[in-house]
Amino acid sequence: MSSAGNGLSSAGDGVSSAGHLLEVTTLGAGYGIVEVLFGVDLVVDPGEVVVVLGANGAGKTTTLRAISGMIAATGQVKFLGESVLGRRPDQLVKRGMAHVPQGRGTVTSLTVEENLRIGAFVRSDEQVESDIEQWFEAFPRLGERRDQLAGSMSGGEQQMLAIARALMSRPKLLLLDEPSLGLAPLVTHEVFDRLREISTSTGTAVLLVEQNANLALEFAARAYVLEAGRIVISGNAADLQGDAAIQKAYLGV
Amino acid sequence: MTDFLQILLVGIGDGAVYAMLGLGLVVIYRSTGLLNFAQGEMAMFSTFIVWTMWSLGLPMWLAILGGMAGGFCVGALVHQVAVRPVGDPHEKPLAVVIVTIGLFLGVNGAAQLIWGTLDRSMPPLFGRGQVTVFGVAVAWQKIGAVIVLGVMVLLFYLLFQHTKLGLAMRAVASNSESASLVGIPVPRLLMLGWGLAAAVGTVAGVFIAPNLGLGTNLMQLTLIFGFAAITLGGFDSLVGAVVGGFVVGALSSVMPRYITIFEKMPLAPAFILILAVLLFRPEGLFGKKQVTRV
Repeated sequence: MSSAGNGLSSAGDGVSSAGHLLEVTTLGAGYGIVEVLFGVDLVVDPGEVVVVLGANGAGKTTTLRAISGMIAATGQVKFLGESVLGRRPDQLVKRGMAHVPQGRGTVTSLTVEENLRIGAFVRSDEQVESDIEQWFEAFPRLGERRDQLAGSMSGGEQQMLAIARALMSRPKLLLLDEPSLGLAPLVTHEVFDRLREISTSTGTAVLLVEQNANLALEFAARAYVLEAGRIVISGNAADLQGDAAIQKAYLGV
Repeated sequence: MTDFLQILLVGIGDGAVYAMLGLGLVVIYRSTGLLNFAQGEMAMFSTFIVWTMWSLGLPMWLAILGGMAGGFCVGALVHQVAVRPVGDPHEKPLAVVIVTIGLFLGVNGAAQLIWGTLDRSMPPLFGRGQVTVFGVAVAWQKIGAVIVLGVMVLLFYLLFQHTKLGLAMRAVASNSESASLVGIPVPRLLMLGWGLAAAVGTVAGVFIAPNLGLGTNLMQLTLIFGFAAITLGGFDSLVGAVVGGFVVGALSSVMPRYITIFEKMPLAPAFILILAVLLFRPEGLFGKKQVTRV
């Protein structure tokens, strides 16, 4: 994947003056009359791994859905220096933002290989086939099942597939919604290990939302804590990890 | 024996046309995940477009291409105006299916307004000649129908299995949210699916009209045979639509000949088939069983 993504080296093109890849300001969103987010502010820099922590119902999923354009939102979302609020998800994929929704969201009636191929829908370069092969090398279990329907695979395999598929678009930013959900702890660890490798080698920035605080704080460089639709704490992951008061108050550890 | 063969071949010729209509249903199902009850009426409408162009003096083949283009536009327009505003077929399948039933009435009414209620006549595309094979006379029109059907299936197979566009259409049909998240412009692909299905319907109409006379009720019975065909073959299978079409055509032709109660009920074999398939093999002969892991 060496040629993919590389948000770090491409930091110059199109990124706003402050250098942020993603800049979210006073983001508000909800479903119908139910407001979920009340002014969320966060930034992600090129190549950075950032986690948003929070309990069930804090608004983690809604935050990602609002950023990627899956639901209507208020406030401001700047991606690569451009205001993208109100754009459809497919338009954002073209600009370099990929979103792996909760519950994996592979296309279950397509084969594993077709899922990867469709992940490259926005690309028209010659390297799509070799990227697919690279993913099969990186995840041999996907390679063995390349002609199998995605829906017939285990949860962990589908999660890997969903992540690989999102990365097939060679995004600058990967939005990842609770990849640990429903997975055995061992599998979750594997998913995170792979994710770290990929992010480091391709320079893809990751915005992760997670309930599993310990694991996520090991993985991320910076963290935000979301509570009832507001960001209540932000800081370096290591600091949050070491702060017993915060751990107790917000992370349920 | 010759008698039986004769009836069987007539049935298979009819079946080719049911298969064409079934093909349109499969195309919409595979590209939008929806059963379109207005498929027959859209085909009738675009067949009238063919008739209009032909009666204005255009050569038949050109009129058919024009009708397919017109049908494509009608299908695309129907999606934009009537289906899309109602919502995502995955979230509100019932609402969208009911819209297609409303469309059934709407398109039929529009055709009556434009072309009146009189039946028009259209010449068979492959003439009225026939050829004798093993003592059985087969109309060129029926042979032509089978060949055209074969070409259509091949083209759609190539589209769905071997092009990026076809893969994207299948992704949209299966999971439109996921499709949108990999960058597929979902509304545009749904529109394309509707347009293609309507264009296919045009060809079915052109083959049926010379037999039944071109009126606004052209497709109402035929659509039931088309549904029977894809129920047997599987809603998502192109080959299934073809095999299903042939079986339904053959049964509907042979059974009334040998079992007297079916003489007065030409639709009964198709209905019995639909019931039997839904009872014993709901996914059809070639359909994919829905496998989902939660």
